[in-house]
Amino acid sequence: MRNKTTAPRSKPNRNSIGLEKCRTGIPGMDDLTDGGLPRGRPTLVCGGAGCGKTLLGMEFVIHGITDFGEPGVFMSFEETEEELAQNMASLGFDLPALVRQKKLDIDYVRIERSEIEETGEYDLEGLFVRLGALIDELGAKRVVLDTIEALFAGLPNEAILRAELRRLFRWLKDRGVTTIITGERGDNTLTRYGLEEYVSDCVIVLDHRVREQIATRRLRVVKYRGSKHGTNECPVLIDEHGLCVLPISSLRLDYPVTQKRVSSGIQPLDAMLGGKGYYWGSSILVSGGAGSGKSSLATAFVDGICREGLKCVYVSFEESPDQVARNMASIGFDLNKWVKQGRLMFHSMRSTASGLEMHLANIVKMVQQFHPDGIVIDPVTNLISVGKGEEIKEMLTRVIDYLKSKSITSLFTSLTLADSPAEQSEVGISSLMDTWLLLRIIESANERNRILYVLKSRGMAHSNQMREFLLTDNGIKLCNPYLGAGAVLTGSARLVQETKDREQMLKEQQSVDHRCRELAAERLTLEAQMEALKLRRIALQEESKLAETDAQLHQEQTRQDQKQLSISRKAD
Amino acid sequence: MTTRSTPNTSKPARKAHDDPKRSQWNFRLYVAGATPRSLTAFENLEKICKEHLTGQYHIEVVDLLKEPAVARRDQIVALPTLVRKLPPPVRRIIGDLSNKERVLIVLDLSSQT
Repeated sequence: MRNKTTAPRSKPNRNSIGLEKCRTGIPGMDDLTDGGLPRGRPTLVCGGAGCGKTLLGMEFVIHGITDFGEPGVFMSFEETEEELAQNMASLGFDLPALVRQKKLDIDYVRIERSEIEETGEYDLEGLFVRLGALIDELGAKRVVLDTIEALFAGLPNEAILRAELRRLFRWLKDRGVTTIITGERGDNTLTRYGLEEYVSDCVIVLDHRVREQIATRRLRVVKYRGSKHGTNECPVLIDEHGLCVLPISSLRLDYPVTQKRVSSGIQPLDAMLGGKGYYWGSSILVSGGAGSGKSSLATAFVDGICREGLKCVYVSFEESPDQVARNMASIGFDLNKWVKQGRLMFHSMRSTASGLEMHLANIVKMVQQFHPDGIVIDPVTNLISVGKGEEIKEMLTRVIDYLKSKSITSLFTSLTLADSPAEQSEVGISSLMDTWLLLRIIESANERNRILYVLKSRGMAHSNQMREFLLTDNGIKLCNPYLGAGAVLTGSARLVQETKDREQMLKEQQSVDHRCRELAAERLTLEAQMEALKLRRIALQEESKLAETDAQLHQEQTRQDQKQLSISRKAD
Repeated sequence: MTTRSTPNTSKPARKAHDDPKRSQWNFRLYVAGATPRSLTAFENLEKICKEHLTGQYHIEVVDLLKEPAVARRDQIVALPTLVRKLPPPVRRIIGDLSNKERVLIVLDLSSQT
């Protein structure tokens, strides 16, 4: 089978001539395989126990029916129809209904080695007949054989089986049905009985790994003839809606950027960030010690987004939604209101509840379901308990790249330990961040006060100021710290200093006033003196005039008297 | 009885031996069309029956090409499949029955002459 040359190579575009794809309808799977599984060909899905092979096959058939109108046949060698129906019902799939609608048929093939004796040559024509009848009856386009390797355990004579399986896969190809064949993973081979030898068009490996007591399912497309595909391992999520593949390992730096801004929710902080806030779709890191106000800052961001009528997701690794809401209500943020209006979605989970990949998967799933404009992850440092530094960095890189590709503004909080330098984020992700706000606690005069500053903010003129960060009943306030007398003072020290300064100023003012008053009084005195002298001068003038007149009068009188005298004396 | 050494043949052997004369031997042979292998199987079966179960057997041949639904109902995978419906318990043999010794052991006919 390896010498088939029908698959055209190097045809990466699914729209170009070449391989026709069969969409699986499983979220993420079609992105990973660039459009789905090879139509009309068999695909091998292999993996160990409990990695989701059966589910993948079943979803392939179910989505085929519900999403693409392609009936399907599920041939099970391990589970009975009833068991399958029960298992799938727990994920919300109603198999019996699909069977009644003649869209689906499940055929349980029971092979018990102890009941079968071999006495000569045989073939698997019975299986062909069964499968052929079902395909014809439903007009099936999709077939799943789960797990055909059970035949090896159930039937003797491996040589016959191998030849028959080869014939079966060829036959399925000729019938033009898209087939998934599942296989148990072998020790050194992909499948226990080397099925990969027969199915060479597309091979998908599922894996279920446990590390540090946390299990993660992963999927990898090992091989896909004639199509481009992601080659990395992708996390697989099985939740109440079924399987979900997250092809987000691709680290691309080609996300769109915008000049748009989004408010930090705190006006003075917006002012510090070039006057307008964060860039839309950027990643923001808020780091600080315990109790430095990281969550509050994050909440302000959430509140700001919701106030603008946009949507936001709050992922908390520390507190339950109610607790976050209650605590934030104490500083004036009513988060419940936003939840009720459908603008805010809470997701609280202990970081240890699942592996890193699962957290990543959950975030991606929420984004896909809720379509938020902003997301808060509080705090990322809690992930240290489930992964090593490098892994967390890798996971966060993926989260950030993913969020950026969706133009979602993301805010991460990071706890810095008391004894580590503040300008070192615990998980080494600072280089991934566009904006980094640092919250510091300054201890002085018997108290701890919060300081906020912008450590970096790419692409904007940001403030270099340290601001005091206050949590009040009405939200977050940023104060200018006391910047006088060669010291930066915060908290009550700032208040004391400010009072002192005020007193000093008052005193100075008072003394100036006093002096002014003194001078004014003196001036008044002088003016009064001047007035008195002026009056005296006038008086003197008058007096001298009077004296002159008196003198004249006297002289006149004297002259007249002398005249009279001379008259009386009859002098001449 | 000398060849009856494998443990999985001992139980039915006892039953058949208890009352061999009254046992009705009822076989069903599943085939898919008249392929050479189907014909070989039928011939082999008939020969064995004639040799060991003269007049006490009944063979029903089911052609799955004509009745494909039967394959599912009766859980047939490999062909040809021979099912011994009677005497109980039901036994299944796959293959063209060319290994006569084996057929005799499995069907517990080696004691029948």
